Amino acid sequence: MRMHPSYEMLRPGKKFPHVWCPGCGHGIVQGAIIRAVQKLGWSRDEMVMVSGIGCSSRMPVYVDFNSLHTAHGRAIAFATGVKLHNPKLHVIVITGDGDALAIGGNHFIHAARRNADLTVILMNNNIYGMTGGQYSPTTPIGKRASTAPYGTAERDFDPCALAKAAGAAFTARGVAYNALELEKLIETALTKKGFSLVEAISPCPTLYGRLNKEGNAVKMLQWQKANTINIKAAEKLPMDQVTGKIITGIFHDVETVPYTEIYDRIIKKAQGK
Amino acid sequence: MKNRYEIRLSGSGGQGMITAGIILAEAAGVYDGKNVVQSQSYGPEARGGASKAEVIISDKEIFYPKATAIDILLAMTQEAWEKYSSDLNPDAVAIVDSWYVKDLDKPGVISLPLSLKAREEVGLEIIANVIALAAIAQITGVVSKEALEKSLLSRVPKGTEEKNRMALEIGFRLGKEAKK
Amino acid sequence: MNKDIRLLQGNEACALGAIYAGCDFFGGYPITPSTEIAEEMALLLPKKGGKFIQMEDEIAGIGTILGAAAAGAKAMTATSGPGFSLMMELLGYGCMAEIPCVIVNVQRGGPSTGLPTKGAQADMMQARWGTHGDHPTIALCPSSVEESFKLTVKAFNLAEKFRMPVILLLDEFIGHMREKMEMPAAGELELYTHPQPTVSPAEYTHYGDGTSVGGPYASMGSGYRFNITGLTHDQHGFPTGRSDEIQWKMDRLKDKIEKHRPELVEVDQEFMDDAEIAVFSYGGAARSAQQAIREARAKGIKAGLVRPTTIWPFPDQALEEILRRVKTMIVAEISQGQLLGEIQRLNQTHTKVIPVQRYDGEMLTPNEVLNAIVEVTK
Repeated sequence: MRMHPSYEMLRPGKKFPHVWCPGCGHGIVQGAIIRAVQKLGWSRDEMVMVSGIGCSSRMPVYVDFNSLHTAHGRAIAFATGVKLHNPKLHVIVITGDGDALAIGGNHFIHAARRNADLTVILMNNNIYGMTGGQYSPTTPIGKRASTAPYGTAERDFDPCALAKAAGAAFTARGVAYNALELEKLIETALTKKGFSLVEAISPCPTLYGRLNKEGNAVKMLQWQKANTINIKAAEKLPMDQVTGKIITGIFHDVETVPYTEIYDRIIKKAQGK
Repeated sequence: MKNRYEIRLSGSGGQGMITAGIILAEAAGVYDGKNVVQSQSYGPEARGGASKAEVIISDKEIFYPKATAIDILLAMTQEAWEKYSSDLNPDAVAIVDSWYVKDLDKPGVISLPLSLKAREEVGLEIIANVIALAAIAQITGVVSKEALEKSLLSRVPKGTEEKNRMALEIGFRLGKEAKK
Repeated sequence: MNKDIRLLQGNEACALGAIYAGCDFFGGYPITPSTEIAEEMALLLPKKGGKFIQMEDEIAGIGTILGAAAAGAKAMTATSGPGFSLMMELLGYGCMAEIPCVIVNVQRGGPSTGLPTKGAQADMMQARWGTHGDHPTIALCPSSVEESFKLTVKAFNLAEKFRMPVILLLDEFIGHMREKMEMPAAGELELYTHPQPTVSPAEYTHYGDGTSVGGPYASMGSGYRFNITGLTHDQHGFPTGRSDEIQWKMDRLKDKIEKHRPELVEVDQEFMDDAEIAVFSYGGAARSAQQAIREARAKGIKAGLVRPTTIWPFPDQALEEILRRVKTMIVAEISQGQLLGEIQRLNQTHTKVIPVQRYDGEMLTPNEVLNAIVEVTK
């Protein structure tokens, strides 16, 4: 019997089946992360996966890395400590739209500002899934949620634009439908020095889809397929053909000196070297 | 000499009262080998507002760290004098800055031109706190001059040693004149 | 060799104690009256290759030290009332996930913004019960600059040994006071660092059997891969909903304190051999009590002082014994009765208990304590 390629990086005997609903996009994102790490040839021992609270943040339990499932919103703060103490470790933060942008928004922007050497995978399903479908900072205005029975009155964040404005070295967006593009984006982000963000749009058929009548998992992925435009293609299109679409690809990519390296210089300075 | 002194250095934030307290406590504690406790009270302001540092110097162990009956008071401003001169010992030595403290409601107060001399002779008013410490050492003997100099020079920024030595000499001189 | 005698602030002594203990990571957020600790750590840590980071708030401050500690650091944060309040959730995380670290709270007057530059002892109950859920607490409370140093060292030792956050409950009085102290030479104070596991990674369980005190545990990145979570978990660190495993975890947290009380609790007693009146006091307030009992003795009154340097776990046994022995106990504190409540809880013998309290931002004076002692003898 041939083993699934992801198998060696999972904890199959221990923690499966997982908590994610049928049709949830999070498993696709998990697969993309594992394949990206495998491509880079990094060992499980040098990987640390840190998460907050929420559906996406359950991932570290399933992946056989050093795994740290923290408190709601605080993954980036913990991850900053892990990375700064042991810069040799590759630190991935797994977070969701509520975790990263509402309760953890302050840590998110400050990690980008100080250029903490982390790769943040923000799994955006536009809703709080684990608590039952409340609106999040990325729920589009007017969309329904259990706490927005008449549609939300709030505008949403663009996580990539937010991270760039705050000082991130790398921002990109992929969708669960296009798992291969997502995998490449994650691979690039992982090798990037400094703060890198990959926003992974992940459908939530159970709550967001049902509350907003967007159909089942298949329909939601078909919608993603039909409404996703790569940034390179989008740049050539007129504005009216881009509005309302999901733009994927790399938005921002600059060479920077990450926090950990600057701190090494501070150590040398303090030691008079 | 008494075996316990309670000293209060008071002024306005930015006049270096807490620094002076630390220098005095270090001189008496580390260099003269006495027991010392230094504490302070201050407001939120880095500059202005009433500020005080207290130093207790004793041959015996010190438990309660705050001053209750002041043996030596320094007041660098009128506000500090009014706020902090109510709990003086009957035989307390009270020294005030002649420039800023004009209105004295007690007899026997020693008024010295601390900030005036700092401006005129050192060209640096902030150093009036050092002049004051030297005058206190000269007048009361609560700390040795050698210890005060060692403590001072170990705490001041590099390059300011000469000015600080100058301030010490001015303070010793003012102290001698006051004792006459 | 010449003795190294220095004039130090309680806060500076705390930072130097941390460095002595091998602290190599500090994360925090500035707040009066604790900031000197952060400033000192920012200066000293990089000199020895350690890391200092100023985070965006106190939640991130404790979060980052928990992350660093999970990766093997001896980590510390320092704060005061409002920041301590913000840290409560992750203090519970540290207890649940069993991550060693030291949290310093230089207590100021509260509630809310309260008195930033004035001291208090009113976070005692928050230190014990501020985070939600049943959990163990270790909190140490220095009364002098030298104790600030030594109890910081002890806090690190206990954190490493008991695998949990240890709180150093300083107060503004001690934190901002300067006294001279002789710096302990290298090797003079005992330092404890937890052992590393020796079993193979396949055999390793991050939360092994029995109690966890003194046992080996691994750091992230050491080749032992394991899961850490704030969810109630089994011995591997994986979330569990099984009641037998939940019970096991909760008992484990409880037992590591309850079964090791004698080694944790330290109570200093002065003039207690023949004392009829005991003053119970800790931290800054104990300084006034120390003066007061000496003045009482000078008047021929048989008064003594009971001064715990471990406030949590509370010194139940020592206190019960003393309550049986003395006629009166005076409880001196800078709070509206947080300490008093614990004494009353333990007062099975109905010994007369008299509170002496102050909560106006100032220290109790020795006279306030002395007057209470004298009043008893009338």
